Amino acid sequence: MAQIQQKDREDYTAKKFVMWLIVFSSFMVFAAWTSGFIVYIGGKGQGLNLKMPTTFLYSTVTIILSSVTMFLASKAAKALKFAQQRMFLILTIVLGIVFFVLQLTGWNDLVSIGAYIVNNNAAQSFIYILSGAHLLHIVAGLLLLLNSLVGSYRNISQVKRIFWMDMSAIFWHFVDIIWIYLYVFLLLNQK
Amino acid sequence: MSTLSVQDHHGVHHDEHGHEHHHDTFLTKYIFSQDHKMIAKQFLITGIIMAVFAMLLSILFRIQLAYPDKAFPLMETILGRFAPEGRMDPNFYLSLVTIHGTIMVFFVLTAGLSGTFSNLLIPLQLGARDMASPFMNMLSYWLFFIASLVMIGSFFIEKGPAGPGWTIYPPLSALPKAMPGSDMGMTMWLISMVLFVASQLMGGINYVSTVLNMRTKGMDLWKMPLTIWAFFLTAILGVLAFPVLVAGVVLLIFDRSVGTSFYLSDIVLGGVPQPFEGGSPILFQHLFWFLGHPEVYIVIMPALGISSEIIATNSRKPIFGYHAMVYSLVGITVLSFIVWGHHMFVTGMNPFLGGVFMITTLIIAVPSAVKTFNYLATLWRGNIRFTPAMMFAIGLVSFFISGGLTGIYLGNAALDINLHDTYFVVAHFHLVMGSAAIFGMLAGVYHWFPKMFGRLMDEKLGYLHFWITFIGAYLVFFPMHFMGLDGVPRRYYAFTEFESFERWLSVNTFITWAAIMAAVAQVAFLFNFFYSIFFGKKTTQNPWNSNTLEWTTPIERIHGNWPGEIPTVYRWPYDYSKPGHDEDFIPQTVPYSETMSSNLPHDFENNPVGMEEYNKWTNTQRSNEEVK
Repeated sequence: MAQIQQKDREDYTAKKFVMWLIVFSSFMVFAAWTSGFIVYIGGKGQGLNLKMPTTFLYSTVTIILSSVTMFLASKAAKALKFAQQRMFLILTIVLGIVFFVLQLTGWNDLVSIGAYIVNNNAAQSFIYILSGAHLLHIVAGLLLLLNSLVGSYRNISQVKRIFWMDMSAIFWHFVDIIWIYLYVFLLLNQK
Repeated sequence: MSTLSVQDHHGVHHDEHGHEHHHDTFLTKYIFSQDHKMIAKQFLITGIIMAVFAMLLSILFRIQLAYPDKAFPLMETILGRFAPEGRMDPNFYLSLVTIHGTIMVFFVLTAGLSGTFSNLLIPLQLGARDMASPFMNMLSYWLFFIASLVMIGSFFIEKGPAGPGWTIYPPLSALPKAMPGSDMGMTMWLISMVLFVASQLMGGINYVSTVLNMRTKGMDLWKMPLTIWAFFLTAILGVLAFPVLVAGVVLLIFDRSVGTSFYLSDIVLGGVPQPFEGGSPILFQHLFWFLGHPEVYIVIMPALGISSEIIATNSRKPIFGYHAMVYSLVGITVLSFIVWGHHMFVTGMNPFLGGVFMITTLIIAVPSAVKTFNYLATLWRGNIRFTPAMMFAIGLVSFFISGGLTGIYLGNAALDINLHDTYFVVAHFHLVMGSAAIFGMLAGVYHWFPKMFGRLMDEKLGYLHFWITFIGAYLVFFPMHFMGLDGVPRRYYAFTEFESFERWLSVNTFITWAAIMAAVAQVAFLFNFFYSIFFGKKTTQNPWNSNTLEWTTPIERIHGNWPGEIPTVYRWPYDYSKPGHDEDFIPQTVPYSETMSSNLPHDFENNPVGMEEYNKWTNTQRSNEEVK
């Protein structure tokens, strides 16, 4: 009987699936905004009407790199190489923070060319909404990564450690892909 | 996190994994419970309280509509500055309509209905110990609770609750100075709804994950009861649609508080031109109705699932067209995402686009009709037991038909020019999603009350409640069709100023008295519900002779649901009155090997071993016959 109980507790499939569903519903928020954007510029006949600051290109490279380090961290965790896992996790977190700062710098660049959030061309306001909501996801992702990092030091079962690593990995790669999607979307609507 | 304790009735509890026996305190049992059954009850009781509150609001504005010229001193006593000198303040009237709609649609028929029955039945009918994430489930309830408090709290601020209607269209909702109901009350509405959506997402994500990952042995998707199919598809709808509402609401919040112009353009407020430029209020309607339309199916689908189960059980017949029932639910789910434009026919939409939305809308009639005909075919020549739950389930079918038929008219882009924003719309949706869904919910309460509380509700009070509510609902909503056809617009404070509408005053008075009668009937339910929790007749293990898994759990409702192993499932849930069996029901846990006399060849599709055994058995039977 205790075995059933143990099986109930160590089975993380359902919980991991929860993360996938969170990813889907987050995606829907961004899909709604980008569709709203299309409806908006369709009515106006013009898009962003500006050139996206190059800072956003640097931040895009940064977050892609962080996805690579995240992948290496997961691989190390599965191979039981804990020192490596921690190193790559810390690297991912640092890259995440760098991305955060670069995005704020990007906002600063936008302001300096006169593209404020309060704007008669709401397409430009959309940049702040999209990247701002994305930054909230970055914060959530960083918290998950920290949790995995702390987990790698704590005395918990390997199954549980891998579970938390998987949760952070799914979410972090999603956050990465969403930003690439948003960036490309904005680039395509610069006119 | 997981505190699933498997109770061992034989007293040999192996504790080698260091799992301490779980002791519940009052806090962990009733307040911060992670047990899905307790969370279901929390949702139900909060939902009932919210429903009573929203019903009282509707009685208040019905009184205003029936007696627009009369002063009621009592009203001033109760409502204070919202009814100076006993006459209701017009702004407060708008708030009443808004909050009535919001609470009924979201707090009662979404959270109260899905929250209660998905939580209760998904683990119980699928054979799971609890939800995928019990902690998230608890969080879901508490966010809902806080959202409810904020929504009701908006009645206690100076300018009163939100007033731009439950659809909160900008610019009215985006300009805090536009009217009292757009000010602080609107802000609280937005806060409440953001919390509410977070709650529903947590719930919905849990339901989907549980259904897909935590079914017991033998419970493949095609052996799931229709309740679970309905809850599952409802949860998928919620997970896909609610985020879109959040997206729309975030932009609205920015327009209100930051000064962006997503939805605003060319606004003049009190003679002063406002700086907003370039926005489009139609954009909000697109985002809102992309949620809003799936939302009405989020409301009705669980009710349909519940009545499928109740009608089959109480007709003592298998549900007619099980697969068709599932496919029509899937059809409704998919179609619900491509019809939102029918709420916007008169917003200046391209007529070609209107035509597309009209076609997709009318196609929804097909799965809806499939469901209706299947209910009727299930009832046809059934051995019907008219329990109160059954009465309410049949009531749902009645409302679904009479409300659904008018949907075919409203779905027409051309007819909608006349009918939009009239009482015809009010009549339509109050029947098809209001009354039908609340009847589904009440049916569920009467049917699963023994599972929730271990006691039965009183039948006679149930019948009284049913008949008065059923007749009352028709008396309230049926005359509204005629008002709508005459062009009487919804949400108006009084019709005395319009000569052409004045003749409807007598009808309004009639509707108000019917509404008061139906509201008083709810006392019978409330008394029955709360009295039976403590003093109702004790239930038996399986009071309705039902097939589904929840009736195999002990009456005491233990944490972890089943003592010992979770039962295995061998058959679909609708083996009622199967020819050749000595009882008129065969629970899902009974293997075919125990029911040789009632097995049929199609029970063994994709099961060659079983088929062989079946053939062997029928051959033996035949040779025995020959010997005789």
